[in-house]
Amino acid sequence: MKETDSSAEMKDKSSVIIDALGTLGEFTLKTGRNVFSMFGGMFLLLGETATVTSKGLLIQEQRIGSEAIFTQMVRVGVKAIPIVILIQLAIGMILPLQMFPMLDEFGQSDQIATINAIAGFRELGPLMTAVVLCGFAGASIAAELGTMVTAEEIEALKASALNPIRFLVVPRMLATLIMTVMLTVIANVVMIASGMLTAINLGIDADTYFKLTIEAVEVSGFVTGLVKAAVFGLLIGLIACFLGLSVKPWEGSEGVGRATTRTVVYGIVAVIFADAIFTLIFYSYGLFD
Amino acid sequence: MSEASGKQPVIEVTDMAKSFGSQRVLDGINLKVYAGEIMVVMGGSGCGKSTLLRHLIGSIAPDEGTVKLFGNDITKMSEKELDDVRKKFGILFQSGALFNSLSVGENVALLLREHTNLDEATIDIIVKIKLELVGLRKHTEKMPAQLSGGMKKRAGLARAIALDPQILFYDEPGAGLDPVTSAQINQLIIDLTKKLNVTSLVVTHEMDSAFMLADRMCMLDKGKILKMGTRHDFEVLRDRTGELKSEQERLVRQFLRGDAEGPITERQLASDYEEDLLMAHKRC
Repeated sequence: MKETDSSAEMKDKSSVIIDALGTLGEFTLKTGRNVFSMFGGMFLLLGETATVTSKGLLIQEQRIGSEAIFTQMVRVGVKAIPIVILIQLAIGMILPLQMFPMLDEFGQSDQIATINAIAGFRELGPLMTAVVLCGFAGASIAAELGTMVTAEEIEALKASALNPIRFLVVPRMLATLIMTVMLTVIANVVMIASGMLTAINLGIDADTYFKLTIEAVEVSGFVTGLVKAAVFGLLIGLIACFLGLSVKPWEGSEGVGRATTRTVVYGIVAVIFADAIFTLIFYSYGLFD
Repeated sequence: MSEASGKQPVIEVTDMAKSFGSQRVLDGINLKVYAGEIMVVMGGSGCGKSTLLRHLIGSIAPDEGTVKLFGNDITKMSEKELDDVRKKFGILFQSGALFNSLSVGENVALLLREHTNLDEATIDIIVKIKLELVGLRKHTEKMPAQLSGGMKKRAGLARAIALDPQILFYDEPGAGLDPVTSAQINQLIIDLTKKLNVTSLVVTHEMDSAFMLADRMCMLDKGKILKMGTRHDFEVLRDRTGELKSEQERLVRQFLRGDAEGPITERQLASDYEEDLLMAHKRC
């Protein structure tokens, strides 16, 4: 009797394991398919956007509204300026305060300027700007496009022989790209200024700070930071447009909400990963020597 | 305007079928609409009538069959060729689908700016004419958010006729409107069809609108066309008293009358109910 019980128990256990493996397999397949279709979709959207933009800019076959780009730039970027300034003011203060005691021990407290400049221009300027814009521009673009899908506006555009990529995606992607670069410049300046103020309070001479900053940054540091910013901006615009347009008309407000949240999360993840890849490339080519 | 007149149909759907996953949404659809007539496609929610409309405007491609507009099969066209056909028809969406970031006037002007070489002054005049046709000339500067449901539909209609289309599609024109506004929109559709000499296809489940608008009507059910005929044919069926022999006619009559009891109700009630209860009982 006992034996039958235990064999039944064994059977039960093995069926549970098989079920669990089945669920795991199904989940992996589904996730794999989703990830594949998302990357594929984004790649296609990027390709089409590039085609439409180049047709508009180079051979002027299709008009790209400069007014639309400007409107989007104001919308996605200008309103984010105070937040970027606020964040960079704080970061420009945090770094020197954290590093000062250690550097002071070795009599190298002046090097605060070098650290702040390198960290700011190469990393924190573009990165923090991109993170802020993920929330500001990314979320608002995804929500706007998602709502347009549910309100049948995208279908109306297509039915009117108007290409939504040219009308909606191109201005938004160009605007996020341009504004991320421009805001990064502001972020860099604010971080250096804030670091300098902190350093002066710590007893470091302003002239020395300024001189060391100039020495530390160089053109390559400034340019690589801006190149990064441009790519971050493009990524944010691409993810926001793709997820916004991926909302299905019947998903309603739930679909719009999901697209918005995903844009912020995926956007930040994508930006940080892209940053890591950039740093690896720049490092292996000796751009940071 | 009937088949007997020997005219070429403006819209011609032949043996069209479409499935989403395992669900067959449209099955063997055959439909012809002739120049200048108003065809009303009726059916309950989920019968496939909106999907049919989306096939006609080239938003969805069918799995089988052909969709011809002006004698050309749009299912085989490239996106560019399709865009040329799209400039020859207008569509009024259920919600109006106005571009929210543009004013009423700009919504209408957008198509003219993009698809014609007209100068701004001419475009301005055309916009005024189109808005006057739908009774919205005084609201040119308003944004869509400031408009009522009926006004949004009117503005959507003005945009749909911006390029002087030869076909107008309407997706539930009376949905979400009060009876008077709905009747006004219907009257507008009839007037525009006559004034502009367009061919119209209206998708609706509202019987008052359907009988007011239609020259000919067809009823969709479970992705198939159950009955097609003139408005008079449908009126006769609706008003017929007594028992009908054919299940199909009983079903159409229930829909036309809006009866609570009939084959549609029986079908809904019968579906797997007992089986469902038995399964629940077994689980207990």
